[in-house]
Amino acid sequence: MSAHTPSLSLPVSEPDQNRAQAALDAKKMASTMRKQRLQDFLFHKITFGFAFSVLLVLVGIIASLAIGAWPAFHEFGLGFITTVEWDPVNDKYGALIAIVGTLSTSFIALLIAFPISFGIALFLTEICPSWLRGPLGSAVELLAGVPSIIYGMWGLFIFAPLFADYVQPVLAATLGNVPVIGELFRGPQMGIGILTAGLILAVMIIPFIASVMRDVFEVVPEVLKESAYALGCTKWEVVRKVVLPYTKAGVVGGVMLGLGRALGETMAVTFVIGNAHKLSWSLFAAGNSIASTLANEFAEAESTLHVSSLFALGLILFVITFVVLAAAKLMLASMERKEGGK
Amino acid sequence: MQLNKILKSILLAAGTAMIMSNAFAVDMTGAGATFPYPIYSKWAESYKKTTGNGLNYQSIGSGGGIKQIKAKTVDFGASDMPLDAAELEAAGLVQFPAIMGGVVPIINVEGVTPGQLKLTGDVLAGIYLGKITKWNAAEIVALNPGVKLSDAEITVVHRADGSGTSFLFTDFLSKVNAEFKTVVGAGTAVKWPVGVGGKGNEGVAANVQRIKNSIGYVEYAYAKKNKMSHTQLKNKDGQFVQPDDDNFKAAAAGAEWSKTPGFGVVLTNQAGKTSWPITGASFILMHKAQAEAAKGAEVLKFFDWAYKNGGEMAAELDYVAMPASVVKLVEDAWKVQLKDTAGKAIW
Repeated sequence: MSAHTPSLSLPVSEPDQNRAQAALDAKKMASTMRKQRLQDFLFHKITFGFAFSVLLVLVGIIASLAIGAWPAFHEFGLGFITTVEWDPVNDKYGALIAIVGTLSTSFIALLIAFPISFGIALFLTEICPSWLRGPLGSAVELLAGVPSIIYGMWGLFIFAPLFADYVQPVLAATLGNVPVIGELFRGPQMGIGILTAGLILAVMIIPFIASVMRDVFEVVPEVLKESAYALGCTKWEVVRKVVLPYTKAGVVGGVMLGLGRALGETMAVTFVIGNAHKLSWSLFAAGNSIASTLANEFAEAESTLHVSSLFALGLILFVITFVVLAAAKLMLASMERKEGGK
Repeated sequence: MQLNKILKSILLAAGTAMIMSNAFAVDMTGAGATFPYPIYSKWAESYKKTTGNGLNYQSIGSGGGIKQIKAKTVDFGASDMPLDAAELEAAGLVQFPAIMGGVVPIINVEGVTPGQLKLTGDVLAGIYLGKITKWNAAEIVALNPGVKLSDAEITVVHRADGSGTSFLFTDFLSKVNAEFKTVVGAGTAVKWPVGVGGKGNEGVAANVQRIKNSIGYVEYAYAKKNKMSHTQLKNKDGQFVQPDDDNFKAAAAGAEWSKTPGFGVVLTNQAGKTSWPITGASFILMHKAQAEAAKGAEVLKFFDWAYKNGGEMAAELDYVAMPASVVKLVEDAWKVQLKDTAGKAIW
C-alpha cells in the first residue's frame, strides 16, 4: 500500500488498486516478452548467420577454385585428369602424377595406421591396467598435436637415412623378389619417396584414428560387455561381437578423419616424397602429391596456364576429399538402414 | 606509483620519437626473388641506420615479384630471370641488375674431397638427362684421372620449386648441350627427366647430404656456409675453375651489358679464362612512369647507395657487387628511362 509510485497521489479504493496492479503487471510482462522475443529473434538470426557463413565460405572457395582452374580445363579438357605430364617450360600440364601420388601415399598410410590404431584403442580401453591408461592416452593425444612440419623434418633428417640404410635393403631383398608385388620394392634406395611419405603419414594419422576409436569404444555400456563375458566369451569375441558392432559408425568416422588428413597433408609430405613429377611402379621412387605440388610451385608459377593448372589440382583435391567424406556418410547411412531392417 | 610515472614518461618519449622519425622517413616496398633476399635485407638495415629510410622487401619468389610490380602493389620488383625487351616494353618496366652470385654443383661421394672432382657442362647435362648413371662412367673417369670413383648409381637432386637458381643452371646446360636444350630447356621450373626434388636451396642441400652418391646444385653462398662438397667446372675457354668471388666477377666483366636491352644479360657460359660458367645477376624492375616520383627517387637512391657502399656487405654474404662500369651504365639509363607523371626525369 505504502510502496506505490509517487505519481499515484490520489487515494484509490482496494479493487481499483488491484486492477491497476494487474494492468501494470501485464504491461511489464508484455514488455519483457517483447524484449525476449526480440532477443530470441536476434539470437536466431545471428546464429543462423554464423552457420550460414560456413556455407558461404564453402561455396566461395569452390567458386574461386573453379574460376581459377577454368583456363586449364579449357585448354586441356577433362584429359587434364588422366595426362602424365608436368612441363612448365612448354606449358603442358596433367594431373595424373599428383593424383596417383596423393592416393597411393594416403592408401599406404591407412593400410598401416588402421590396424595399429585399432590395437592402440583396444589396448587402452579393454586390456590396459588403469594406472597406465592415463599416461598412454595422453601420449597418443600429444602425438596428434605435433605440428606437421616437425614430422617432415624428423622424416627427412632422421627417418629417411635410417630407412634407406636398414629397411629398404631388407624390403628389396625379401618382398622385392616376390612376383607381382616385387615391382613395388625395387629401384634406388634413397630413403625418400612414396613409401616414406606413406609411412610418415601413417605416424601422423595414427593418433587421430586411435583417439576417436578409443572414445567410441569407451561408450560401449559396461553391462553389454559384462553379459558377454558372463556367457563365457573371450576378450576377442567381446570386441568382435559386442564392441565393434556397437561402435561401427564411430570407427568409420575415425578412419575417414585420418584419411581426410592424409589426403591434404602438405608440409610433411613435401619433405619426404621426393617432389619429382614422375610415375613409377616402385614405391621407393620419388613422386609428388597434389598438396606438395601446390606448396612447391605456387610462389614461382608465372604463366597463366601454370597457375591455373595448380588451381585445377586444388579443385581435384577438394573433390577427392569431398568424395571420401560423402562415401563415408553413405556407408554409415547404409549400415544404419541394415540395422533398422533387422 | 613512482615507477608507473617513470614508465609512462618513457613510453611517451619513445612514442614521440617514433612519430618524429616516421614523419620524415619514406618506407619503400619491394618484392620478388629469394636469392638476393639476404643481401637486400642487410643493405636495408644499414641504409636505415644511415638515412632513416626503410625498405620492406618480401622474398616471395621471382614470379611473384614480377606479378606484384605489374600490379603496382610494390615500388620495385625483383627477379633472377631477366625479362626480355618485349615484355619490359609491354608492361612499361625498366630493368637493371643489382647483385650477382654463382650456382655450384654439390656432390656427396665418398672419398672425393671438396673441389676435387672435375666436370664439364656436357657431362653435367648427361647426368641430369639420366644418360650418365654411374660415378665411374667413362665420361667422368676421363676427366678425373687418379680420382677413385665407385660403381655407385648417381642420384640426381634438383629444385622442386620454381627458382632463379634452376634457371641459371638449366640455362648453362642448355647452352652447352643441344640435347638438354631440346629435351628439358631453360626455365625457373622445368620437367626434369630424372632425380628427386628439394624445396629451396636448403631442401636440395639436405637431400644431397642425406642421399649417398648424389649430386645437386645450390647457390654458392649456401654451399660455402654449409661446407658442401662442390665440383670444378670447365668454362667456355676450356679451363677448369673453382667457384669463388673472383671467378664470378670475371664472368661479369666480359658481358656485353650496354648492348642488351634492360641489361638482361644471363652470365652463364661467359668467355674469359677464369670465368665461372654458372654466374648470374639478380634484377630490379620498376615502372618507367613513376606516379609517386619521390618514392621512385628514393628507391634509386637506395640502390645507388648500395652500389657505392654495399660491396663489402655483399662479399661478407658471398655475393658479388656489380662492377663500377656496369653501375655507370645503369645510372645513365635511370636518367633516360625513369620519368614522373610530368615527364621529368626523376634521377
